[in-house]
Parts: sequence; C-alpha cells; structure tokens
Amino acid sequence: MITESAPVRRILMTLAFGFVGLFLIVPLVTVFGGALQGGFPLFIKNIRDPYTRAAILLTLQTAAVVVPLNLLFGVTAAWAIAKFDFFGKRTLMTLIDLPFTVSPIVSGLIFVLLFGAQGIFGPWLMRHDIKIIFAVPGIILATIFITFPYVARELIPLMQAQGNDQEEAALTLGSGGWRTFFLVTLPNIRWGLVYGVILLNARAMGEFGAVSVVSGHIRGLTNTIPLHVEILYNEYNLVGAFSVASILAFLAIATLVTKMLIKWKTRQEMILEEAS
Amino acid sequence: MKLLLKQKSVLPGFGPALGFTLFYLTIIVLIPISMLFLKTATLGWSSFWETVSSPRVIASFGLSFGTSFTAALINVIFGLIVAWVLVRYRFPGKKIIDMLIDLPFALPTAVAGIALTTAFSERGLLGSLLGSIGIKTAFTPLGIIIALTFIGLPFVVRAVQPVLEDLDKEMEEAAVCLGARRWQTFVHVILPILFPALMSGFAMAFARALGEYGSVVFIAGNIPMKSEITPLLIITKLEQYDYAGATAIATVMLIASFACLFIINRLQWWSHHRQEA
Amino acid sequence: MSIRIERLRKQFNGYSAIDNVSFSVSDGEFVTLLGPSGSGKSTVLRCIAGLERPDSGGIEIDGEDVTRIPVQERKVGFVFQHYALFRHMTVLENVGFGLRVRGVKRREWEGKAKELLELVGLSGLGGRMPSQLSGGQRQRVALARALAAEPGLLLLDEPFGALDARLRRELRTWLRKLHDRIKLTTLLVTHDQDEALELSDRVLVMNRGRIEQDAKPQAIFDKPSTEFVAAFVGETNRLVGVVHNDEVQWGPLKFGSYSFSDGTRVAILFRPTDVYVSSQPEGSEVSGVIKTIQFLGATESMEIDLGKGFSITAHVPKGVAEQSGFTQGKKVYITVTRSHLFFSLGSA
Repeated sequence: MITESAPVRRILMTLAFGFVGLFLIVPLVTVFGGALQGGFPLFIKNIRDPYTRAAILLTLQTAAVVVPLNLLFGVTAAWAIAKFDFFGKRTLMTLIDLPFTVSPIVSGLIFVLLFGAQGIFGPWLMRHDIKIIFAVPGIILATIFITFPYVARELIPLMQAQGNDQEEAALTLGSGGWRTFFLVTLPNIRWGLVYGVILLNARAMGEFGAVSVVSGHIRGLTNTIPLHVEILYNEYNLVGAFSVASILAFLAIATLVTKMLIKWKTRQEMILEEAS
Repeated sequence: MKLLLKQKSVLPGFGPALGFTLFYLTIIVLIPISMLFLKTATLGWSSFWETVSSPRVIASFGLSFGTSFTAALINVIFGLIVAWVLVRYRFPGKKIIDMLIDLPFALPTAVAGIALTTAFSERGLLGSLLGSIGIKTAFTPLGIIIALTFIGLPFVVRAVQPVLEDLDKEMEEAAVCLGARRWQTFVHVILPILFPALMSGFAMAFARALGEYGSVVFIAGNIPMKSEITPLLIITKLEQYDYAGATAIATVMLIASFACLFIINRLQWWSHHRQEA
Repeated sequence: MSIRIERLRKQFNGYSAIDNVSFSVSDGEFVTLLGPSGSGKSTVLRCIAGLERPDSGGIEIDGEDVTRIPVQERKVGFVFQHYALFRHMTVLENVGFGLRVRGVKRREWEGKAKELLELVGLSGLGGRMPSQLSGGQRQRVALARALAAEPGLLLLDEPFGALDARLRRELRTWLRKLHDRIKLTTLLVTHDQDEALELSDRVLVMNRGRIEQDAKPQAIFDKPSTEFVAAFVGETNRLVGVVHNDEVQWGPLKFGSYSFSDGTRVAILFRPTDVYVSSQPEGSEVSGVIKTIQFLGATESMEIDLGKGFSITAHVPKGVAEQSGFTQGKKVYITVTRSHLFFSLGSA
C-alpha cells in the first residue's frame, strides 16, 4: 500500500528498463545478430574453421585442468573456513578474494615476471627447454589465478549458513570424516557447488586480459576462444568474430539460466522443508 | 595448525584442509604477487618514480580513475533504481531481468567489448542514434565509461537487493504515520539503511573497473594521453619489452587494488553490522 | 477526537479481511479490538491510519470523512508490534522525527522529544541507539514517537505482543495510567483478553472480519452475546444438547431454556469459576467424582466425572479446596451458578 505515486513508478520502471536494455540486452542482441548477419551457413562455416576449432580445443583443455584444481581448492578452503573458527580467518578470506580485484593485465604480468625470458625462473627454464610463457602452461597458470576464488566464494556463505549440527550428528552416529563429508555435507551444498563450478568454467573459458598477456597469440597454437575473437575482430572479420563470440555468449546465458534454475530449485526445497 | 583454532572442534580435517588451502594460496597467488614487488624493488626508487610520473602514465592514471569513478557512480544511481524496481514492483519478465543482471559476470569481457563497440560505433545501433544528436561515444572516454558501466552493473544491484528485501516495511509505515512525505521517508529512513550497501557496491564496481581491460580495449580507441587506460599502457610497455616500466605501473595498480579490497572489506563489515543491529 | 466507522469492507485476494464493520469511538475513550489472529482487527486499525485503503465504507474522524485523505495528513499516532524504530537514528531523533519532517526547527523538536521521553520515563536515554535499549524501553520510545507529533488519535497494534508476560503486565498498567493522564482517544488491537479487559473502557470482539460484540469489559465476560465471545474470552465448559420442555438435559445437569423452542439444538457454555463445588449436597442433586486436580496458583482446576462418560471442569479457590479437603477420587456435589445458551449448528 505504501508506495510511490503512479507517475514516479512509471518513471522508475522506464529508467530501469532503459538501463538494462541499453547495457545488457543491446550487447547480447549485437552478438547474436552479428553472428547470423551473413546467414546461417556462413555462421557454421565460421565455427568449423580450423583455427576456430583449434581455439575451442585449447580452451577446453585449459578448462579441463583449471576447473578440477580450483574446485578442489574451493571445497577444501570452504571446509576450513566455514566449519572452523581460527585466528587469521578474515585475513585468509581477504587473500582468497585478491584475484577478484587485481587487474587481469597485472595477473598476467606477474607470471611473465616469474617464467618469462627476463623472469626469475626464465634462464633456468630456457636451459631445460621448458616453455611456459607464450605457451599453454602459461595460459593455464594465468587462468587458475584469475578464477581462483569462485568456488570458495560460492560455498563459504552456504556452508556457514548450514552450521555444524548435521556433521556433528553424523559423527556421533559413528560416521567417519570422509563419509560424513560425502553423505552429509556434500548433499547440503550440492546446488551451490554446481553453480560455483559452472561459473568457474564460464570464467575460465572466457578469460581474456591475463591470457592475452601470457599467450603470445600464436594462431592455432596458443589462441583461446576469446583471443581468437580479438584477432578476427581486428582483421575486420566482424561476422567471424561474432560467430565465435556467440559460443561464449551462449555459455554465459547457459550459466545464468542454471543459476536461475538452482535458485528456483533451492526455494522449492526450502518450501517443502518448511511444510513438513 | 590446531594451535590456530579458537575453539576445539569435533569435526575432522581442519589441519589438512587449512594446510592445503594455505599451500595452494601461496603457490598460486602470494608468491606470484610478491614477485611483482620484488621486481619493483630491484628497479630503484628513482627509475620507478621516473616511470610512474611520466606524463603519459599520469594521463592514463587520470583517465582510468576518472572513468572508473564515473562508471561506478552511474551504477550507484541506476543500480539502486534497478534493484528498487526488481524488489518492489511486479511486472512480467521480472525473473528474466533479474537473471540478466549477472550477465557482465558471466559474459567474457572480450565478447562484451566487441559487442559494445559495434553497438556504439558510428554505424551501430546506438552509435548512429547518438551520432545524430552529435554525441560520439566509440573511441572516446565516453566509450570507456560505457564499457566500465557494463562491467560494474551487477555489483550495486546485487549489494542493494538483499538489504531492500529485508527492509522492515513497518519502518516505512511508521514514517508515513508520523507525517513524512514519500521523498522524506526515502531520504531519512530508507537511504541511510541502504547507504553501506550502496557504498560497498560502488567500491566493488570501481575496483573492478579500474583493472578492466577486455571490454574497454576495443571501444577506447587507445590514443596515448587521451583514451589510453592504465592496463593497456602496461600491455604496450610489455610489447616494447619494457618490463621495468610495465612492472612499475603494475605495482601502482596493485596497490590501488589492495586499497580497494581493504575499503570493500570494511564497508561489507559495516553493512553487515548495520543490518544486524 | 472521535471516530466513526461505517460499513467497512476490505478483501485480500478474494478473502474478506473486514466484512461490514461499523462502530464508533468517542473523544477520550480507550477502546480495544479483541480477536484471534486473522480476525481482521489489525486491518481495521490500518484502515483508520490510512495504511490500507478499504474497498468500501466510510471512516470519519471528528465528523470529517478521511477515507480519501493520505496517511500523512490524518494525524494519527501508530505504534507497531515490532516497534519499527528507525535503527540508524538515536532515540531522541526517533521521537522528534514526526516534528522534523513537518519542518519544525531542531531546537524545538529536540525540546519536545525530551519532554516526551520524560513522559514515558526514559529521560536521559535520548542519545542511545534503539539497539542499546531493552524491549520494554523500545516500545516506550515507539509510544513517545507516536505521541510527539500530537496526534488526535492513538492506534496501538499489538503493542506488547513481543514482550514477556511480566513486562507486558507492567506496561499495561503504565499505559492505562498514561491514558488517564493525557485523555487521548485510543484504539488498541490485541489477542490478549486480559489486556483488553483490564485496559479498556469498551471492548469490540472480532471474529472472521466481523464484530461479534461491542460492550464494556464486564459485560463481555459476564454476558457474552455470541458463542464465539463466550468461548474466546475466558475458559469455558462447552456442552451441546436439545431443548425439551424449556429445558436442556446434559447427563445429570439441567439448564433452563426459555428463548429457544423445543427440539432446538443448543450449545451451553459456562465458566469453570461458575461451578460451585462442595463436599455436602447443599441442595444440589448432581454429584460426581474428582478425576484430576491441577494446581493453577490461586485456584485449583478439577476435572469432575459426572458418570456415564460426562465430565466438566471446575475452578475452585485454593483456600476452599484445602478447607473442603478436595482430593482425587473424592465424591463432590456441584451447582452451575451461571450459564449461557446459544443456538448451535455444530455437532455434539
């Protein structure tokens, strides 16, 4: 009943829709519109281009390494932080958040300083003929750094909200540590975990700045999908750029839809729980 | 490890879990970042200062800070309006819009960059429209602000939304009963409660914008002294094999990030505390 | 200020929250709306304040129709169950808020707010934040805040609902004294019958969006006009029987019935305190056996078995019970001194 007058409401709605339309819907429409500008066959041709396929393959490889590692870290860190109270916890959480605020360019640069030709381990790596910078390992390292906090960030508040009661009950019933984790903790956090992994995957596949610094942009070898988009765009191949970009845009939309479904699902479960 | 515990716990695995967490954190984040400071330390103060105080670098700092600040400010105003509309009003398609708010988190920055550039270029959907009234966006600082607004869009909305949802409706009713007009209720009652969340949303949007590269680099035009942001300048230095220069500038950026992180932390604590009371 | 409510109706999603409610409150009166949750009592209060808009019907304050007047201009003081204090303002700023938004100068509203804090017995706490106060103190600040803008009407929505029993009783007495002093027309909403009976000049009992009875507290208790009122206010024994020759027979008990025709199904309600229990017949023909005794403090509650599956509850003062030596299994004689009969649709 207590609300703004109708004209004010209309103005606020218009401003909100305008803002969302301008900044969110226009870019999405531009990507998909641009991809299909030359018709569907051209789109398919662009996707099946050998360089595009190489970029997709490299991106998948990167994600295949990054996602499990950061997932393992995220779950472990969340367990330590959410389930125990210890000195230095706040500091630890701040440090985990670090990669969120560090510029991707700076993130890329620090790995160049470590492993690049002029870097600290550069001469040693050169002698042993190991290539990290301007090669796949560099891309993977930079991506791990950038996507480091996502799973932990998603799980910590969730696990804190759940409390320790259920785990403690399981322990008193004679369940071991691992068993308790897999049978009690994991089912409770499964939706948050799913979303965390999906977001982690989307960010890992889409990272541009940091990867751009360490990759060397060698077509067919060290080009991930976003880097390939950049190259196509800079060659004025707009349709090609948008076609490849639409793969990533699609991945982003799938991520958002998953988040919405999970939100809906958890609310549903909460209602059921309250009803019983 | 166990010595760190404030309270004994029956749950197992604290030692190994914290141990692994610290190990991984050190290898992936702490050592690489400390390299940057180490490298800077070898530069010597005078050459560091020479680099970061050169006109081109100073101009890039000014541009990066100025555009990030403006974009974060735009996000505070419109983010508040969007959050308000999403929480308070009912309309069809609300769930979809709520879902789309996170798009800048999920959409790779390079994709956003080329999409925004195309849309705002002279021949683009919006660029031609703005061009007809004499506003040039792409390849100007205005374009940078647009890209940074996109990047920071979810922060304010997502910071304000939960606070607005939890807002005690009785408090607003009490205010009207006491004779407050709608705007007075907003200014005296609602805004002070939202303020910490707005500030922390602002700080997060600002911090993210400061380091942003992918979405800006296409639309900025990258003209030295005019539309060259700091992260791009670091890339330029790297491409010229000027590692010392790149490192010096990066150190300044990193310190700015630390400062932002510290401020965000305080703000979140404040916001949280305010809500509890 | 006086209030007149005329045929008020309000629906929420097809469900009638208020259904044709009319009543009036005269200047300086303390009236209570009593009813279970969902009976529509809060909605009536919110309609008077202007926080809800009724679907139809009229609200007059001092003879003026205020149905279309916005909340801000109705000059009502509203006290909420959960206090609704502005948690980012000090106690003094909270109390002065109503004056501040009307453009009163700082010095003036501060003075007035201090005066009111004194009135509610909280002088000296003006600089605190609401979070630093106890529940009872918060509620008094909320009251001071509502009074500060000098309303013509005080509306209290379950003001003591969030407090513990002891504090509730204390504040109740205090509120009545305050009302006697400032003589402000007051409308209280509560589900607590003790609160209603103790505080008010008049009680309106509400059920399912309608007013069941509008009477003085004593009459509500002694002469309930509907079965709902009898059952809701105070404890009752409820029996169902059929009228036969101007009488209703229930087990060994007989009740005279002159207002119902033969064959009518009626519900008989009487209070456990209206059952006279003695160890000697004393003219009573009805006897029973004490099945259980429950100690309630000043009284003892007994379940008395009248045989053949009939049993009733009686409350006896502790002294009497001790003197008469009432114990479990003892044979006693009973008389129902006062009962109420209502037309009954329900089954036995």
